[in-house]
Amino acid sequence: MIRFEPRENVSPARRIGAPVAAALVALLLASLPIAAAGAPVLEAYLLMARGAFGSVFAFSELLARATPLILTGLAAAVAFRARLWNIGGEGQLYAGALAAVAVGTGAISAPPALLIPLVVLAGAFAGGMMMLLPTLLKVRLGADEVVTTLLLNFVVILAVQMMLEGPMKDPMGMGWPQSEPMLDEAMLPKLLERMRVHSGLILALVMAIAVHVFLKRTVWGFEIRAVGENPEAARHAGIPVTATFVRVGLLSGALAGLAGVSEVAGLKGYLTADLSPGFGYTGIVVAMLAGLSPLGVVFAALFIAGIFVGADSMSRAIGVSNYLADLVVATSLICVLVSGLFVRFRIRLVTPKARKADA
Amino acid sequence: MSDILEILLTANFWAAALRIATPLIFGVLGALLCERAGVLNLGIEGIFTAGAMAGWMAVWLGAGLWGGVLVAALAGAAFGLVHAILTVPLGLSQHVSGIGVTLFATSLSYYTYRTALPDVSSPPRIEAFQPADIPYLSDLPFLGPALFQQTPLTFLALAFVVVVAFVLYRTPLGLAIRAVGDNPSAIEAQGLSVTLLRMGTVVAGSALMALGGAFLTMSAFDAFFFNMVNGRGWICIALTVFASWRPGKALIGALLFGAFDAFQVRLQTEVGGVVPGQVFLMMPYLLSIAALVVVARKADYPRAMLKPYFRGQR
Amino acid sequence: MTTGPGEQPVVLALSGITKRFGALMANEGVDLELRRGEIVALLGENGAGKTTLMNILFGHYVADEGTVSVAGADGRLQPMEPGSPGAALRSGIGMVHQHFTLAENLTAFENIVLGTVPLIRPGLAGRNARARLAELMRRSGLEVDLDIRVSRLSVGEQQRVEILKALYRDARVLVLDEPTAVLTPQESDTLFATLKSLAAQGIAIVFISHKLAEVLAASDRVAVLRLGRKVADLPTAECDRQKLAELMVGHAVTPSRREPKAPGAALLTLDGVTAGEGRDSIRDVGFTLHEGEILGIAGVSGNGQATLARLLSGLLPAERGNLFLRDKPVHAHDAGDMIRSGIARIPEDRHRDGVVGAMTVAENLVIEEIRGRRYQRFGFLDFAAIAARAREAIAAYDIRCPGGGAVARLLSGGNIQKIVLARTLDAGPVVVLAAQPSRGLDIGATGDVHRRLLAARARGAGVILISEDLDELFALSDRIAVIHRGHLSAPRPSEELDRASVGLMMAGHHTESEAA
Repeated sequence: MIRFEPRENVSPARRIGAPVAAALVALLLASLPIAAAGAPVLEAYLLMARGAFGSVFAFSELLARATPLILTGLAAAVAFRARLWNIGGEGQLYAGALAAVAVGTGAISAPPALLIPLVVLAGAFAGGMMMLLPTLLKVRLGADEVVTTLLLNFVVILAVQMMLEGPMKDPMGMGWPQSEPMLDEAMLPKLLERMRVHSGLILALVMAIAVHVFLKRTVWGFEIRAVGENPEAARHAGIPVTATFVRVGLLSGALAGLAGVSEVAGLKGYLTADLSPGFGYTGIVVAMLAGLSPLGVVFAALFIAGIFVGADSMSRAIGVSNYLADLVVATSLICVLVSGLFVRFRIRLVTPKARKADA
Repeated sequence: MSDILEILLTANFWAAALRIATPLIFGVLGALLCERAGVLNLGIEGIFTAGAMAGWMAVWLGAGLWGGVLVAALAGAAFGLVHAILTVPLGLSQHVSGIGVTLFATSLSYYTYRTALPDVSSPPRIEAFQPADIPYLSDLPFLGPALFQQTPLTFLALAFVVVVAFVLYRTPLGLAIRAVGDNPSAIEAQGLSVTLLRMGTVVAGSALMALGGAFLTMSAFDAFFFNMVNGRGWICIALTVFASWRPGKALIGALLFGAFDAFQVRLQTEVGGVVPGQVFLMMPYLLSIAALVVVARKADYPRAMLKPYFRGQR
Repeated sequence: MTTGPGEQPVVLALSGITKRFGALMANEGVDLELRRGEIVALLGENGAGKTTLMNILFGHYVADEGTVSVAGADGRLQPMEPGSPGAALRSGIGMVHQHFTLAENLTAFENIVLGTVPLIRPGLAGRNARARLAELMRRSGLEVDLDIRVSRLSVGEQQRVEILKALYRDARVLVLDEPTAVLTPQESDTLFATLKSLAAQGIAIVFISHKLAEVLAASDRVAVLRLGRKVADLPTAECDRQKLAELMVGHAVTPSRREPKAPGAALLTLDGVTAGEGRDSIRDVGFTLHEGEILGIAGVSGNGQATLARLLSGLLPAERGNLFLRDKPVHAHDAGDMIRSGIARIPEDRHRDGVVGAMTVAENLVIEEIRGRRYQRFGFLDFAAIAARAREAIAAYDIRCPGGGAVARLLSGGNIQKIVLARTLDAGPVVVLAAQPSRGLDIGATGDVHRRLLAARARGAGVILISEDLDELFALSDRIAVIHRGHLSAPRPSEELDRASVGLMMAGHHTESEAA
């Protein structure tokens, strides 16, 4: 029989060590599917490591991949702190991307110093609005936000397809459903020559620090933490719970919207309906790995990005399906959930023999 | 106006509605079982995918169709067991665990499919279930083509509505399932195991969900595609609330949904030129949100849902 | 060995029971024997270890040391498998928990037969289940409608279902945890009469209580627990109130008393207020609270107190009627509005509504004023001011904790209540709403709460004290009103009332004849 005894004090080492251990366990567990595919396990790991860290280019790819994950991870972390289950990061990302394209492909012409902030704000605004609806449905009508945000993801992506096949279709796109290219003045500057990593990364890092300060040091952050931990007591203590949820929803959606801006205006330069390979959903894993800490999100996103970039490169080399990366990401979510038990509880094995001796 | 009536009056239309409803019936029955026992199972979307992939692959590898159905159910049960272990004895967040199971089941299904079939350009096909030809019934005018020319899995889904209703309301097991979702200490105080009861129900419910997935690859289509589940699992979660956790209402909800979906597909062919196709494709999701919003205020969630239970706690 | 009634055989023996929760010693070497047909009261303060002991007996917990033995069919004592409610049920032990273990979405009948037949079979219960239950109800006098949902039964009826559940399983030992906590005095009398008749039929009964009067009236024998140890075990006939109180607390007890004081001007007026829905709603409630007055509101839990408290906390709007604070109408949209109007609220469930357990003591001390100028500048928190406030409150209210940075969840109930008192009373409120402020606290912490409320009264604040504890109400209240099914009687000076008359009003008598 297993007994959980709550820990009164949790050391920081344990708090940080648990998710790291969970990530490593998930990575180790990947050897099973690799072996099942009949590939050499050690070589596969080596190729993954080289693909993620083996060169400046590899690492720049990792950073480019981490950028949207930091933003969707922050979106999930902020919302989950308030126990607002925003699973709609994917849809909010597309809403942000759509807004960025609407503003940045020629509707407005302005110098970069003006146009870039406009594109960024438009994306954040669209993402925030996208989350406002389910938040209001939750606080006003009691409709579960998990289901509404999940379903809205599908609606948004269909809306994007509709726009790309209709009014926003690129006439020069040779029939492909894609938007016109962003103006050069609307593109986020590259960070390195001939690499894909772009200044969206700086934006993401700044947002991580800003969200950290927001939650830790401001009244609104205080209120978000209180509502998340105990809504009844928060309401009783006079905290405006509804307004807090709306604030969190807007912030969370805006962050996910920024991920869409960053992909369109930083990386791709135009919008397609397969812009995101599930960054919104992966953001949930990033947030959980980070223990919902905004600064932790940065490290968790780097880890997950490493898995994706490494697995892609390994897949090209020895033909193991790159769905392996999704599998590792899913496994690490489950592992980090379980690892949380080791943080919160002291886990004792009580053998039947010992129990008999007691009795 | 007469066009609309014309659509509604064809047997073809009602046959399509029932066909669209079938996977949802499985899914909603599974979800309502889990939730009746107090466990929200957001693993449903992934379990659908796993059931679709596993059932199809078993048949493709040479199992019989019913063997494939069994394999699908077992796959669903296995992922249900993961969710059950995480949420019941370990008491972890049902929301996050469910999302984790969906990501896990989906990625494992995709990985397995890709590993087994590394480079196929068009998905391989199997000999899927064929519409039944029941003597006399299938030949009835209107009712025959509408109701009695379905594949066996549709009849199985309808049978499960009766079975689940019977178990829930007419057996001691159903009593215990309903009680454990309302007040688990009532179960413990009567000497039953909350853990076993909840885990067992989640595993069984997940097996049912997987059958919904199996219907997609073994009845509705004859191949497995990526993203083929396409939110059907989440729709089931919304419909479960709409059905107020009752098997009979679940059937009605799924049928209404199927009818609406079949209707909009037919409407699409009439006005398709004017309105973009995506508008129609959005309808099921918007309809689900609407269904949820309509009942949300008075929804009577099982009282102990989402709340982990540890022994000796009251 | 105690002398039982006659020479009845021992049916249950607990010996050397020890149970630790972390550093806390919940039970330490407790022995207890129970004979056929006797009624034993297990007396002790909140936190003395009574409920833990009974939970070990019923298998919810496993004792660290010690054994539970039960008489088998042959009358010989045999050790019972620990940690299994199923084993306890099979051994003939039935338990009525303080918080009922009933599924409210099932009928009484379904709750009773739950788990008595194998799970996989058609039909809910054995063929003669109904006949047996009818016979049991007739013999025990516990009448209840078996075929309506438990959620629609009254609390007293639900308790009857709980006892029937035990009897249906042929319980020979019946354990009741604080059975009168939710009953009117009259309902309590009926319950004890039932228990006596069950004992006469040979059932051994243990009931847990911290109320001296009912222990003296209803038990054959009293076992007293203090700080986890059994400090006395003696026939009730040899006890009196004073002696039991001292055994329970460990020293002589001096209850709080208010100083006589003329009330001041009218402060808070409710006029024909109707709010809430269902059983706990309030209907046409009116009263006036004066400065320097404690107004006690007596009543059995679930008669509208929670709704009244939520209304005065700003969490629920009035459907009809008006609130006036010093003749000005109060329009509250949320609790913040009430706080700013100077109404302090001590919530009934301090763990759920009082503190955010995962936040620190300091954060919980400032949470009501976090938007005020004292703790923030331009929306950024002033950590120095928050820490200073924590140090001040921890010293002034003697909050036992490692410091302001400690997580509130880890504090004892008494210390959590001190956090609530510090943050509500230090703001200098004009009205204090105290809902069950001493529930679950030991005598020391209760005395603390009472002193703080009396100090607020002395300062000129008006206090509304909602309580089920008549001793507390009579000790503190200048006037007492009784709430029953959502109707509030007109408040009367507590000197004009006695326990019996208030008890009758709690049961719904006389309320109609009150002048409005």
